[in-house]
Amino acid sequence: MARNQKKSNSRAKPAAKKGRRRRAMILVATRKGAWLFHGDSARKTWRADGPHFLGHIINHIMLDPRDGRTLLAAVKTGHLGPTIFRSPDRGRNWKEATRPPAFARAGDGAPGRAVNHTFWLTPGHASEPDVWYAGTSPQGLFRSADGGMSWNPFSYINDDTQFRAWMGTVQDGTPDGPKLHSIIVDPRDPDHLYFAMSGGGVHESVDGGRTFTPLVQGMHVVEGFEATNLAFHDPHCIRLCPSNPDRLYQQNHCGIYRLDRPSRQWVRIGMNMPKQIGDIGFPLALHPRNADTAWVFPMDGSMVWPRTSPGGKPAVYMTRNGGRRWQRQDAGMPAREAWWTVKRQAMAADSGDPVGLYFGTTSGELWGSRSEGTRWHCIARHLPEIYAVETAEPA
Amino acid sequence: MHVLIPTSLHSYTHRAWVEAGGATLDEMLSDLDRQYPGIRFRMIDEQGRMRPHIRFFINGGQSFDLSHALRPTDQLLIVQALSGG
Repeated sequence: MARNQKKSNSRAKPAAKKGRRRRAMILVATRKGAWLFHGDSARKTWRADGPHFLGHIINHIMLDPRDGRTLLAAVKTGHLGPTIFRSPDRGRNWKEATRPPAFARAGDGAPGRAVNHTFWLTPGHASEPDVWYAGTSPQGLFRSADGGMSWNPFSYINDDTQFRAWMGTVQDGTPDGPKLHSIIVDPRDPDHLYFAMSGGGVHESVDGGRTFTPLVQGMHVVEGFEATNLAFHDPHCIRLCPSNPDRLYQQNHCGIYRLDRPSRQWVRIGMNMPKQIGDIGFPLALHPRNADTAWVFPMDGSMVWPRTSPGGKPAVYMTRNGGRRWQRQDAGMPAREAWWTVKRQAMAADSGDPVGLYFGTTSGELWGSRSEGTRWHCIARHLPEIYAVETAEPA
Repeated sequence: MHVLIPTSLHSYTHRAWVEAGGATLDEMLSDLDRQYPGIRFRMIDEQGRMRPHIRFFINGGQSFDLSHALRPTDQLLIVQALSGG
């Protein structure tokens, strides 16, 4: 795989946090505002800071891991245009972007697109401290080089004829709009990028976005459709292993996958899930130090796609061997009659030892585990519909 | 001209009534944005289209035309039609 001179040969090896007293933070984006949960060093008690932007739709909120202080929030209301807010001090003060993500103006008579909302925020490479990427609905890719204050279309894909065909129309997308998501920057190389589109497949660039190539081999599509047409591919969430950037996991509309580079062939590891549970879902979380360990939150994908916990019995499923076997983890969760939905951005792992796991439901409950999923407890309830959950270590 | 700002945009103006100028509705919105950066994009998208649920009433009559001519004595009401839960 080609790399330019910015590449670092060092493999990412995040240090374990065992024995170290680190403050933990959970960032919760909801349909009606954002909350920041500050934990003690043992992650046993949490203090809620919020709501921020009460009444605003927050699709994503991220703390910049490069400084531990800067927050970006993707904000809109039900009736106003979308924007980005930036806080330099972990949410005490917020300032609106001077130029939020927006598509290029279409030529006379051409049907131009308008950003409905920014859906995804990704901090840039460690060597580019002011760079951020954003994915929007409808699908668009944007970049900021000034810490999130001004945004420009990134790469050529937003107006490329082929990409536009793969993106389809608003009618082809998810109920609240088709999305560009899972923007991933290789920690070894700022020019090595991935992103995914629902719908529109998975794409990779090794030249800083000058070109992108599809990366969909092995991915299934809905029965009766042609897998060679990227418009039919619906990746829900892709994560790159912090401990091995050559390994990616994917939760797709049609299964759970793993990809080990330089191979371009996704392997459907969800086929090893219990048949009565299946391998449909939205979120995916990875272990910070063990590339064989991943967690998913299966949902009912039968008939009309209820997208709720199968049988009303919620559970996380964990693999410790790269997807060869899966283990149910539901201790502490309701045993029955809990019809939870967890969206694709609403599950995250921290970097503690043992790893802390967190997810938020569309019914407004925030759940966590301090024991890598062996025991769960409710951190908060009665929140608005949860759209995204992220973890962070504030400076 | 006098412009009534909907409550959802008071975070920009910090008051209901403001003054803005321009020979057209488009120019007036640009003047508002000069005074209150960011406010125009919340109402008008990047293709120059009025966003859904944003309505402009000039001297009591609704306008969907950004080229609508304005006079300094006109009064503009910007209304956000709330809907949904």
